[in-house]
Amino acid sequence: MANAPKAHANPPFWRDERVLRLLAQVAFGAAVLIFGYFLIQNMVNGLRQQGTTLGIGFLQNTAGFDLAETLNNYTRSSPYFHAFLAGLYNTLLVSAIGIVLSTILGIILGVARLSSNVLVRGLATAYLELMRNLSLLVFLIFWYLGVFLKLPLVKDAVIWPGDIILTNRGIGIPWGIPTETWPAFKLFLFGGLALAILIIVAFHFQGKRTGKAPLAIVWAPLAFAAVAAAGWFLQPSAPLSLDLPAVQGLNIRGGRIFTPEFMALVSGLVLYTAAFIGEVVRAGIQAVSKGQVEAARAIGLTSFQTLRLVVFPQALQVIIPPLTSQYLNLTKNSSLAIAVGYPDLFYVSNTILNQSGRAVEMITLVMLTYLMFSLITSIFMNWYNARVRLVER
Amino acid sequence: MTANTTVKPPLAERPTLLGWLRKNLFNSWGNAILTVAAGWLTFVTLRGLLTWVFTEADWTVIQTNLRLILLGQYPIAEVWRIWVSMLLLAFLIGNSLSIWGKGKTSTRFTVGLMGLLFALAFVVSGPSRTWLLAMGAVLGAGWWLARGAGKAMRNVVGIGWVVWPPIFILLLRGFTPDEGFLPLVGTNLWGGLMLTFMLTIVGIVFSFPIGVLLALGRQSDLRIVRWFCITFIEVVRGVPLITILFMAQLMLPLFLPSGLTIDRVLRAMVGITLFSAAYLAENVRGGLQAIPKGQYEAAYALGLSNPLSMGLIILPQALRLIIPILVGQFIALFKDTALVAIVGLFDLVGIARTVLAQPAFLGTHREVYAFISLLYWVFSYAMSYVSIRLEDSLGVGKR
Repeated sequence: MANAPKAHANPPFWRDERVLRLLAQVAFGAAVLIFGYFLIQNMVNGLRQQGTTLGIGFLQNTAGFDLAETLNNYTRSSPYFHAFLAGLYNTLLVSAIGIVLSTILGIILGVARLSSNVLVRGLATAYLELMRNLSLLVFLIFWYLGVFLKLPLVKDAVIWPGDIILTNRGIGIPWGIPTETWPAFKLFLFGGLALAILIIVAFHFQGKRTGKAPLAIVWAPLAFAAVAAAGWFLQPSAPLSLDLPAVQGLNIRGGRIFTPEFMALVSGLVLYTAAFIGEVVRAGIQAVSKGQVEAARAIGLTSFQTLRLVVFPQALQVIIPPLTSQYLNLTKNSSLAIAVGYPDLFYVSNTILNQSGRAVEMITLVMLTYLMFSLITSIFMNWYNARVRLVER
Repeated sequence: MTANTTVKPPLAERPTLLGWLRKNLFNSWGNAILTVAAGWLTFVTLRGLLTWVFTEADWTVIQTNLRLILLGQYPIAEVWRIWVSMLLLAFLIGNSLSIWGKGKTSTRFTVGLMGLLFALAFVVSGPSRTWLLAMGAVLGAGWWLARGAGKAMRNVVGIGWVVWPPIFILLLRGFTPDEGFLPLVGTNLWGGLMLTFMLTIVGIVFSFPIGVLLALGRQSDLRIVRWFCITFIEVVRGVPLITILFMAQLMLPLFLPSGLTIDRVLRAMVGITLFSAAYLAENVRGGLQAIPKGQYEAAYALGLSNPLSMGLIILPQALRLIIPILVGQFIALFKDTALVAIVGLFDLVGIARTVLAQPAFLGTHREVYAFISLLYWVFSYAMSYVSIRLEDSLGVGKR
């Protein structure tokens, strides 16, 4: 029995943990590979029987279908690829508008949930409970079929003050049309933007140096507005001429017309996501401990300074990560556009899929595109987390 | 001043209606304006809603199609199977309430549920009334029988919860191809709220083990396993559910050997399960990370092997910790099953389209979708309410 430790030091290979680990991994990898090979072999065989092969060359073929609204100059004679891009731009548009609006509404809701006013607080809570337990898809369809398509016919159009025309063919609002001085005005806008950024940077450094920075969030937009106003009034004629929507026969013309599909998608997404953002904001504000506020007041900060310098930065640290994931959710949920017929990325891809019969390629392409969104978001999140941590310690 | 004269607090702090109003609604000018604005908003919304619900809306579409909305095209002769599984469910719920509920809460809950079932029984007519009455009775009986039950009974009820979903699905599906005992009911006849429930239950039951395995795989120090799990989880979480459902619907048949086909409902179930598993894996990972390292070390010191320490020490604690999160995820899953309507299944949303296509009820979109929203709302709210109450009485997450 004296040699037992020696035997233990050098176990047979089937008891050696390192060997076992390696074997387990090899076995797992092999199983995954064989299974994957089996699936792909089946797929290739199946496709061969249908007389097709894999490849993305078909994206150059003529699409031949119309899309109701596009941001690029897509026509039915454009290739599939342009249709795909049109869908991608529409998804980005809806997501961008949705994110801005749901953030505004979400902040209002979050603050209202913490209000000392019982009625306001109750209203916000009721809204949250209503939204949280609804199915987004049903909600979107309800907005589309039950609200925007139920608006009056064009001939009985409802006109709201400010020349907003409500019909079941869309909602028209006044819009500017660029005149010949528009290009020059654009230069003013860029100049104003540059000045605003300069102000933010300069104030930031001044704040670092002296410890007293003027409020960049007030001065930068003011500077931008001043430059823009100068550009507007100094030119011989206004850069934008007002275009009012008007009922013309069976349609509305002029202004900017938002289709019922677009309106339903955006309003549904915004109202739904805002409830969740409201909860994120509320949790963030509540996460700042009361002692922080009391300490800030004790060292003589005004209540506005307390909010800006103590509460807000700390709340933001808690808010940003879940907020980004809500933004990502909104972007992914915009794929429900297919239920209301708005030509977003998924809707267009589905049309391409049905027309070309290229299921594998199109589904892969759509998934990769959405994955790219989440990848970009998680890169941003990692960067933000790293930055916050540096500030903290 | 004598002892029995008390100084009254200022008007704003007196517990009178006026004082309360002052303190909570009109304590400053800004607040008063807010109160008026919010009050007006509430009034206008409620007035509009109530006017629509009671005077403008035409609810005959719901009355006529209630069966279709709840059960889809399920054959009338076989509906008793659904009721039998509901009876079993009621029995299990009764048992669980008396085992895991706390004294008064449990009683109140049981009586409330029974009252609800009896009330429903008086609203409906025909055989449904008998079944609903039976459900209420069985619920009460289950509660009564399990009072003061020991550990053995607990285990039996626990096993009951595990075997109920497969029984439910097998009973509804049937066994024998044609005539005979329990004939097969094709999935093309499944629909309405029943299909929504079915998809949810299958999603929960099957995604649970897969999700736990994925979470463990992600924590594993076997590199290939870990990377496989990470890739799967992140890819699934990075894409919308609808793309997964389309993939299941269109690509799954391609992946199978030729000659082997699976039906559409099953494909949707596969998609939902994989989707839910990835999210569940992340939640389980959160639970695993919350377990202090000392627990791992203690299990190791006791001489437990890796799988044993996971199964006996770490996982039970981790899962107990994340019960509230899991319930939230299951509610989200319930709401998300609506997406199968887009791939052409007749769940609640899909059946709504069928109802709206009936010539007699064209243009009743608001009524139908409002009713369906209400169904989603009621069940989601009930789930979250029950889970909160159960967490309270179980003390989950407070250890």
